[in-house]
Amino acid sequence: MKTGAKILIESLQREGVETLFGYPGGVVLPIYDELFDSPLNHILVRHEQAAAHAADGYARASGKVGVCLATSGPGACNLVTGIATAYMDSIPVVALTGQVPTSLLGNDAFQESDITGITLPVTKHNYLVKRTEDLGHVVKEAFYISNTGRKGPVLIDLPKDVSTKEIEYEFPENDELVLRGYQPTYRGHARQIEKALELIALAERPLIYAGGGVISSDASRELVQFAEMLQIPVTTTLMGLGAIPCDHPLNLGMLGMHGTQYANYAVTECDLLFSVGVRFDDRVTGKIETFASRAQVIHVDIDPAEIGKNKKVDVPIVGDAKGVLADMCARIQKKAGYQNWISRINSWKQKYPMRFREDGHLRPQMIIRELSDLLAGEGIVVSEVGQNQMWTAQYFCFKKPRTWITSGGLGTMGYGFPAAMGAHFARPDQPVFDIAGDGSFQMNIQELGTVSHNRIPVKVAVLNNMFLGMVRQWQELFHNRRYSFTELPPVDFVKIANAYGVDGMRVDSPDQVREALKTAIETEGPFVLDFRIEREENVFPMVPAGAAINEMIGGCQE
Amino acid sequence: MKPHTLSVLVENKAGVLSRVTGLFSRRGFNIESLAVGTCEEPGMSRITIVCIGDDAQIEQVMKQLNKLIEVIKVSDISDMDRVERELALIKVHAEPGSGRAEVMQIATIFRAQIIDVGTKTVVLSVAGDTEKIDALETLLRQYGVKEFIRTGKIALLRGSKTVKSSK
Repeated sequence: MKTGAKILIESLQREGVETLFGYPGGVVLPIYDELFDSPLNHILVRHEQAAAHAADGYARASGKVGVCLATSGPGACNLVTGIATAYMDSIPVVALTGQVPTSLLGNDAFQESDITGITLPVTKHNYLVKRTEDLGHVVKEAFYISNTGRKGPVLIDLPKDVSTKEIEYEFPENDELVLRGYQPTYRGHARQIEKALELIALAERPLIYAGGGVISSDASRELVQFAEMLQIPVTTTLMGLGAIPCDHPLNLGMLGMHGTQYANYAVTECDLLFSVGVRFDDRVTGKIETFASRAQVIHVDIDPAEIGKNKKVDVPIVGDAKGVLADMCARIQKKAGYQNWISRINSWKQKYPMRFREDGHLRPQMIIRELSDLLAGEGIVVSEVGQNQMWTAQYFCFKKPRTWITSGGLGTMGYGFPAAMGAHFARPDQPVFDIAGDGSFQMNIQELGTVSHNRIPVKVAVLNNMFLGMVRQWQELFHNRRYSFTELPPVDFVKIANAYGVDGMRVDSPDQVREALKTAIETEGPFVLDFRIEREENVFPMVPAGAAINEMIGGCQE
Repeated sequence: MKPHTLSVLVENKAGVLSRVTGLFSRRGFNIESLAVGTCEEPGMSRITIVCIGDDAQIEQVMKQLNKLIEVIKVSDISDMDRVERELALIKVHAEPGSGRAEVMQIATIFRAQIIDVGTKTVVLSVAGDTEKIDALETLLRQYGVKEFIRTGKIALLRGSKTVKSSK
């Protein structure tokens, strides 16, 4: 005889789960009781939102499904922001929530919430398990749905009586998944692939626009091979950073609102846009009518609904980025030559480099560049959301996929620190840095308790400008410098860290930066660096919302 | 922008309808009419949805519907040869001597059935395409329509063609 809780834990083990992040509560007590003796590594967070972000960070760094666990009602509700974050970025997460006993469902019982209803719009799928007999199969389905096709979060809601009921249960040898309505297309259509290659051969100014889909399908090797074989330049989205090494000669860096000038000019002038694993997000395209308006568009995506959603596409290819790119590489017959186009791009690179003022003030870009130098291609960098995120995307040199972890779609402040904890458990061999702003860090600062308690060696670099920096930047540019509620009082982050038992250091001038970063790296446990940066530094270049992406402000002038 | 008729085959599980309708509301699509019922396949239901949009919007609606795990098949049957029916019940003010006879006459012309007669009202049941029901409602309005309810459109392809899962 096995209880539902026991079946659940065994199911998780069968799915290869090693670590999960959670927070106990009334109706999940049977599950926690079972966890107590299980080989699963459970990390007690200080807020359920952090459990969801940690599971998400774990998934992004490892490529495996991240798992979080919360109690019913408030516990489950606190997961929602983390689930929505994973949903927007297509990250495989399985969220387990407790629920009041089935006999009380719908009675407004203590700590009851309709979490399947609440998470309907932000999960790929969700389940309310009503029978212990179904539990094993539901867990299997949930993991499968979460980490196949277009990946995403799946929630399983577990009423207390389902976890406590004892049944005779043997895991079936061949528990086949029959999901009639869920059959992702992995192989790209051969004729469409042929057509895409024909268009590329005819093009004079082709450009590859690669996104998070390349990372999640582990297609970066194929992407680089494809780009090299045809000598086509590559620009990546925020989510696609690391898909091609930052210092690769064909790499143009990030495009879009805070993209490089040369990437945005290249998109504007290209005559063929090969888009792979992207969704033509408004932060990328700016005014959609002028985005790649001279180009024929090829779009490779595993989700058919993304193709043609925002931008009209000439050649749609539904399929997995890795497989499609490999198929395309196999069919390339002769190298095309786009020498004029590449020279033109290189002249833009020369003329409009990414740069910032180096005048002895402590500027965030310099901190990130130093960290990039010190880590030299090793380590995992996580960001919060806002200026810190964009500076990191612009100035950190990402050489490998899954080493850059950030909330792209939902833009969740407070994401980075807990996600960094998750990333550590995925890659314990790697140093993990959370680049934070003082605003974002304070949204999940209580996780200092978790890293301290578990000696999780996550380093936090707070770019502290005592502002909600990105909002302040918009107020400066678009609201006449009226800083309505964006100034934050000074916080001594080192003292806060110390109070939780975490070491820290305050940095006020550029000449201290390198030593401070080294100290953080060399310290065994967690570490908090409080960088007091220039208060009104801006993220440039910038495309104002709704403008065309070649209409940048604050870039280099000719 | 014209009305499109979508035939959607879904697994008959708790919450499927709210997944479908929730998808419409959160993505800003509008439902004109919706009818759900069990169908020839055990464990399945068929939903007929009428929604208005341009071709790109309808394509997006269909693709998003297809992403739902419990949706088996989505077909736009608007441009296919099909039969459509809607059922309406209409409660009309019809006192003896003042228009009751006329109402009953109109019912006969429209092949509507009188399914209840009260002292001051009659209830008509009528099945047909949307236009026919609209026309009948308009005609009866002058007598005073007290209550009006319709099921939403259901549709099937003519002949041996079917909207079925190929799997």
